[in-house]
Amino acid sequence: MKTHLLAMVFVTVLTSALPSRPLLAQGKFATSTGNTKFSSETPLENVNAENKKSQVILNTANNEIAIRMNMREFVFPNKLMQEHFNENYIESTKYPTATFSGKVDNAPDYAKDGQYDVSATGKFTVHGVTKERTIKGKMKIEGGKITINSDFEVPLTDHKIEVPQVVFVKIAQVISVKAQYVLAPR
Amino acid sequence: MKLLRLMLMLTCSTTVLYAQDDLLSELSKQDSMVTVPVSATFKSTRVVNGHSVETMKKKHLDFRISHRFGRLNSGAYQFFGLDQATMRMGFEYGVTDDFMIGVGRSTSQKVYDFFGKLKVLKQSEGARSIPVSVTLFGGTGVATVNKELEFQDKLYYSAQVLIARKFGERLSLQLSPTFLHRNKPEVLGDEKVLLALGIGGRFKLSKRVSLNGEYFYTAREKNTVTAPYYDSMSFGVDIETGGHVFQLHFTNSLGMIEKQFIGETTGTWGKGDIHYGFNISRTFSFDKKNKKAAN
Repeated sequence: MKTHLLAMVFVTVLTSALPSRPLLAQGKFATSTGNTKFSSETPLENVNAENKKSQVILNTANNEIAIRMNMREFVFPNKLMQEHFNENYIESTKYPTATFSGKVDNAPDYAKDGQYDVSATGKFTVHGVTKERTIKGKMKIEGGKITINSDFEVPLTDHKIEVPQVVFVKIAQVISVKAQYVLAPR
Repeated sequence: MKLLRLMLMLTCSTTVLYAQDDLLSELSKQDSMVTVPVSATFKSTRVVNGHSVETMKKKHLDFRISHRFGRLNSGAYQFFGLDQATMRMGFEYGVTDDFMIGVGRSTSQKVYDFFGKLKVLKQSEGARSIPVSVTLFGGTGVATVNKELEFQDKLYYSAQVLIARKFGERLSLQLSPTFLHRNKPEVLGDEKVLLALGIGGRFKLSKRVSLNGEYFYTAREKNTVTAPYYDSMSFGVDIETGGHVFQLHFTNSLGMIEKQFIGETTGTWGKGDIHYGFNISRTFSFDKKNKKAAN
């Protein structure tokens, strides 16, 4: 009896010693329907594509974030361009995914609603080539959901994506990427 | 002692690696359930003359101009065949991603041809793996060159089962069992019904260039006096440049539709009756809904 009581006291002391936070603060937030768009704009031709099945997971306990998308899920208005993207530029059979795995640098208080400027540093892999990158974005916390918005650029040469001189469709050397991910608790 | 330290270091480093990739691997677990169809078995809807398993995608229009010149062995006076040319112009459209229709007009025999192509099986990897792609082809046409013929005597029909497999990035092979029916064969004594088996393939030399070949075995007596026809054999190069595909080839057939190259090939490679020719294919997208979504 005495030991029981002691144990109970010990446990309560221990738990109260931990900072008390609402549910939102801890745990993992994820989506598998994140939206990633990219565009290549040249005076001659604009190429746009959209991936609505980007997978994102954020661990608010340690600020780790991982993003992963299947390159074949990028939809182009012109299916021939889509085929070229997969066959010739990205080589989707060899390198089926693009990933980012890193940490949110200046993590906000996930318990508080609001909009925050954040950045994440980690490994960004496209076309089998990994680069260490810090990507800036905005994080909105509202109603138990975390929305991440980010605009950034990917130079093709960084990832050894080659565009030959002969192609009639002109492709910019720097591709701009827009991402919007709405994460819900998992 | 050294060994122990090494082992400790190794275990430590692997655990660190695991910890870093933890979140990513959590995401990649979902992938094992996905079925991925194999794309681009061929660069174009044709291998050389014959149809490939590929179809036009939904709301995409292919404008296609094909030329075949005269015989290479016609000599310098005829500029090795380049003085004579026959052509086919075609519009081919994807109704859905798996069903396309096409219409064409050939100068040779003044043929109007119509066809439909339906993908029934797509080679896939992953959860549901399918070893081959299968596309059904059905076509008909009217040869209007002879005005005195009854309308029904100008008609022909063709049907094919196209079975193809992409072996890795470079090699694709296709079998094309063919049924051809001419209401009135061009030559007296030729059978109305002709069965043939096509075998074709492509080998990618680079990302944008592939080597193509095609042979149609026709089940009939070759070289008879009344019907001096040969099997069609063609070799070509596909060059892809963004929205265009250029197909350059050498073939012993002058025609570009099934009736002509499978049924009425009069040249033979052995004697040098080879025609130089090319197809130019330009694809246009009419998918406005998708365009808006992407902007």
